[in-house]
Amino acid sequence: MRVLGIESSCDETGVALYDTERGLLAHALYSQVDLHALYGGVVPELASRDHVRRIAPLLREVFLQAGIDFGAVDGVAYTAGPGLMGALMVGAAVAKGLGTAWSVPSLGVHHMEAHLLAPFLEPDAPAFPFVALLVSGGHTLLVDVVGLGSYRVLGESIDDAAGEAFDKTAKLMGLGYPGGAALAQLAAEGGPGALSFPRPMLDRPGCDFSFSGLKTAALHALARARQEPSLRLADVAWAFEEAVVETLVVKSERALELAGRDRLVVAGGVGANQRLRARLRERLGARGACVHYPRIAFCTDNGAMVALVGALRLAQGERDADSGFRTRPRWSLAELQVPKGA
Amino acid sequence: MKLLALDTATEACSVALSVDGEIIERFELAPRRHTELILPMAESVLAEAGLGLRDIDLFAFGAGPGSFTGLRIAAGVVQGLALGLDRPVVPVCTLETLAEGARRRGMLKGVDIVLAAIDARMSEVYWAECRPDATGRMRKRAPARVEAAASVSVAGTGPVAGVGSGWASYADALGHASAGRVGVVDADALPRAVDMLELALSAWEQGQALPAEAAQPVYVRNHVADIPPTPDLSRLSGR
Repeated sequence: MRVLGIESSCDETGVALYDTERGLLAHALYSQVDLHALYGGVVPELASRDHVRRIAPLLREVFLQAGIDFGAVDGVAYTAGPGLMGALMVGAAVAKGLGTAWSVPSLGVHHMEAHLLAPFLEPDAPAFPFVALLVSGGHTLLVDVVGLGSYRVLGESIDDAAGEAFDKTAKLMGLGYPGGAALAQLAAEGGPGALSFPRPMLDRPGCDFSFSGLKTAALHALARARQEPSLRLADVAWAFEEAVVETLVVKSERALELAGRDRLVVAGGVGANQRLRARLRERLGARGACVHYPRIAFCTDNGAMVALVGALRLAQGERDADSGFRTRPRWSLAELQVPKGA
Repeated sequence: MKLLALDTATEACSVALSVDGEIIERFELAPRRHTELILPMAESVLAEAGLGLRDIDLFAFGAGPGSFTGLRIAAGVVQGLALGLDRPVVPVCTLETLAEGARRRGMLKGVDIVLAAIDARMSEVYWAECRPDATGRMRKRAPARVEAAASVSVAGTGPVAGVGSGWASYADALGHASAGRVGVVDADALPRAVDMLELALSAWEQGQALPAEAAQPVYVRNHVADIPPTPDLSRLSGR
């Protein structure tokens, strides 16, 4: 079964073609990051306005890339939530228009489920079950993934997402927006020194996270750095990153233990962080557990993961009830179900 | 000629199908339910006409001004339909659609100026002054604008008809803009796909139909966020 997938839940427009027999056929992405950088954060109305301009050219592009006739698909999938309401509606509207025009079934899919299953886009995909650590600018989540549609949330952030903490702290440090990656780069020049950031919620049982306190700690550290010339900005960045990474690693270890798994999948933009990768390799390796990462392009938002999840579910006979559509800005992973055909 | 028109620009949701002049339409007041209704409505008029989507030659949609989200629902759905079937698209101005509605309902006896105004919130209206063109279709004299009702002005002489939600919120200011020439007013009027049909057909006849990619909303209000001042990095420099 060949499925077109459309992602537009936040500030990236992604379109892809996935075939259940042949795997990923093509994918294309337009990132709005430069647009929102001017505003210091994602402006939802501008995001929606851009999606409606970008989708059609990306659609043409993926069919050309795949070398198949425009419209030669068996189904259309789109991100129905969670995400920005106006942004979601654009992808959904185009997808439903296409599905209706082509007389093929369509399906609204869950953005986080798509992230959880993104590793299956890679040739070295892990087998079910595994624990997934989803860390991005929008989410920080540990999930026991038993199989398609069978998810148990083991822990999540009670306030800021890890990527959000990176970006907000980077902003405080004058590194622009989104500056998470720049912060990590700066941290590589720093080292352990006089600074120590709190390790939020490590003293508490369970796998929940809290990262909003790190901003305050960063503010204090920056104030100190202004007084003490010996304290370098790079050291502040290092200490901040260390606190986030160590928290993510400890909670991931706990989650593996709690679920009784020996495979961890890391998805989301923060999964690109080099210190996080090194630390997980070291600590999970010591426990005999392995770590999988989708390629970076599929860690962040993309159309490929939406086409994949759509294909898996549509192939089981799941589909939208009619040509009407509903987007769900808030939508818990726990509400998802195993497809009836599975 | 088979034309399918869709509109979700305001709290109304409507579709209209014209098959060689025969018209079938659906219209519903459906705040926040446009996404659930718009395509099923289109399928319903097609079924009544005994047609399939593949029979449609041309799509039209309410391009704006109106609710930003609503404009994108119609634009997105029509992009999908027209891309999927490789058909052209005509974006139709919602203010002209309102003026056409006034003409269809017989509001314009002895009146050939319509001041169409939609409440744009933030103490402003989207507005255009519409007059009949050579074929009798109501067309705006200048691009639609968004501004305070007190800044609106209507040119020429002769009686003026008022139409659209702007007249519910700013009747006095808009009446003043028309220098006391306002006769009949319909402040409850909403754009309706059936009133887009002739506008779209004449645009198509004049070669103004566009490829699906160009089915884009016309927001009119284009300033939606302020760019913050550049943060002062000087205190962090030299480190």
